Amino acid sequence: MHIIETKNLTKKFEKMTAVDNLNLQINEGEIFGLLGPNGAGKTTTLLMLVTLKPPTSGTAMINGFDIVKQPDKVRKSIGIVFQDPSSDEILTGYENLKLHGWLYDMPDDLREERIKEVLELVELTDRKNDRVKKYSGGMRRRLELARGLMHHPKILFLDEPTLGLDPQSREHIWKYIENLAKEKNMTIIITTHYMDEADKLCDRLAIIDKGKIVVLDSPKQLKKDLGGDIIRLKAKALDVEALKNLPYVKNISPCDGEVCLTLENANTHLQEILKLVGKVDSVEIRSPTLDDVFLHYTGRAMREGTPEGSWAEKMMNASEKK
Amino acid sequence: MSELKGIYALWYRETKVFLRERSRVISSIINPLLWLLIIGGGLGSAVSFEGADVMSFIFPGVLIQTALFSSVFFGVYIVWDKKVDFMKEVLVAPMRRTSIFVGKILGGSTDTLLQVLILFVIGFIFMIGGIMPGLQLTPFSILVSLAFLLVVTVGLVSVGLVLGSQMESPEGFQLIISFLVFPLFFLSGALFPITNLPAWLAPFIFVNPVTYAVDGIRGVLLGISRFPLLFDFALVCLFAFIMILIGTYAFKKMKL
Repeated sequence: MHIIETKNLTKKFEKMTAVDNLNLQINEGEIFGLLGPNGAGKTTTLLMLVTLKPPTSGTAMINGFDIVKQPDKVRKSIGIVFQDPSSDEILTGYENLKLHGWLYDMPDDLREERIKEVLELVELTDRKNDRVKKYSGGMRRRLELARGLMHHPKILFLDEPTLGLDPQSREHIWKYIENLAKEKNMTIIITTHYMDEADKLCDRLAIIDKGKIVVLDSPKQLKKDLGGDIIRLKAKALDVEALKNLPYVKNISPCDGEVCLTLENANTHLQEILKLVGKVDSVEIRSPTLDDVFLHYTGRAMREGTPEGSWAEKMMNASEKK
Repeated sequence: MSELKGIYALWYRETKVFLRERSRVISSIINPLLWLLIIGGGLGSAVSFEGADVMSFIFPGVLIQTALFSSVFFGVYIVWDKKVDFMKEVLVAPMRRTSIFVGKILGGSTDTLLQVLILFVIGFIFMIGGIMPGLQLTPFSILVSLAFLLVVTVGLVSVGLVLGSQMESPEGFQLIISFLVFPLFFLSGALFPITNLPAWLAPFIFVNPVTYAVDGIRGVLLGISRFPLLFDFALVCLFAFIMILIGTYAFKKMKL
C-alpha cells in the first residue's frame, strides 16, 4: 500500500487548471520531490494534500485516509512547513515552538526536549527568547522549519524548505531531513526550485509543468535517461543541420544561445563533431545534471529565484520597502 | 484532552499578543474616551437625557462601542491571519475546527473584556470625581454589565469570525466597517434614548441585537431602560447562541 496516493486530483481556478488529474503514488519512508517552474501547481498540490484547499475533483488517500472525507484524520498524520510565514511575530521563537507542541498534544517533557533539539539544529538557541519580529528573513525561515520538524509526523510536507538560506544551513537541514526519513521511516514530500537540493535529497522526483506530471523517476535514472554526456558548443555560426545527420547524437537543443548535444561517449566523438561545425569559441563536455533533465522535459531552464507570490506576500514586500 | 490543550494554546496566544501590543491597548482606550469626553461633554453642556447627564447616559454606549469594534475586528483579522500569520499553522493542526473557533472566541472575548475593565476603572474615577453623577457603579451593577458585555462580545466575535473565515482577501474590510460596524453602533441607542423614536427609525433600532445590550447595561448602571432586564439579557443570549451556531458551521467550511 502507498502512504500517499492521489486519484485524478484536480484543482481549477477561474481561468486556469492549476492541478490537472494528478495521479501519484508515494511509498512510505521515501523522500519525494516535486519540481516545477513557477505556477506549475506544486504548492496548490501540497495545500490540497494537507487539507487546506479542497480539490475541484478527484481526491487523495494519505496514510489510508481520504483528504476530502476525513480531513481531521489526515491532519493527525501530517506536518507541514509552509512557504509563506506562519509563525506569530509578536511571540518569541520559543513561544511559537511551545504553542506548536500544545497544538499537537505533545507530552511536556518530550516537547521541551524536541524544542531544544530543533533550536540547536537551526542555530537559534541563543535567540529563542527574542520576538520573531526581530528575526531576519533567514532566521524566520529556520524557525518555521524547526517547528515543522518538531513533532515528527508520519508524513512531512516541505514547501521550498531552504529557500533563501545560506549553503551551510541548507547542508545541516538536508542532513536532518535525511536522518528523519531513514531513522523514523518518515515520508517526506518536498517542493523545491533548487536542483542540487532535489538531486541530493530525493529518492524519486516528479517534474510538474502546467499541473501535470511530465516525468517521474529517481534523479539518477532521469539523468541516465537523457543518454550519456552533454557537449555544449558556443560559436558565432553553427552548422546545426550537419549535426543532425550524426547517428550517435541523440538530442540537439539550444540552451542559452548556445547548442547542447546529448550523446554517449562524448570523448571519442568530439573530434568529428568539431570538424563538422567548424570554428567554435568554446566547448564543454559534462555529465547531465537535473537542470538538463528539466530543460529537456519542459523546454525551459529552471530559474532559481523567488517562487510565485500570493497577494499577502506582495503586500508584505511592499510594506517592508517603506 | 488534546482539544482542550489546543483551545488553551489559542487563548494563550491571543492574550499574550494583546498584552504585548501596548499601542493597540492604548488606542482602544483613547477612542472611547474621546467619545465620552467630547460628545458627552459637548452635548451635555446643552441637554440631558431622561434625567441623566449625557456623559453618564452614553457611558454604556461607549462600553458597547469598545466591545463592538474590537470584537468584530478581532474576528475579521483572521482573513489576514490565515494567509501570512499563525492561523495556517492552527488550521493544519490535529484540532477540530469547532475547537479552533472556541479558542478564537475565548481569546477575542478576553481582549475585549480587558479593555472594557479599564473603561470601568475610568468610569469609577469620573463618578467619584463628580463628572458623571448619573452613574451607579456598584459591584452588582458592574457584574451584571460584564455579563451583558461578555455575551454580546461572544456574539460579535463570532460575527467577525464568520465574515473573516469566508473572505479571501482583506479588501472587504472597509465595507464591513461602513455597512456593519457603524450601523450596529449608531442604531443601538448608544448615543441617544430609544423611548420616543420616529416611526421610520424604530424598526432599525429594534432589530439590532446590540440595542438590547445597551438597554440592559443602561438599565443596571443608570436605572434607565426601555425593556425589562431579563428580556434584554435573553435576547442578547439568543443572538450570541445563533452566531455561535453559524460560526461553527462557517469554520467547518473555511477555505484558505
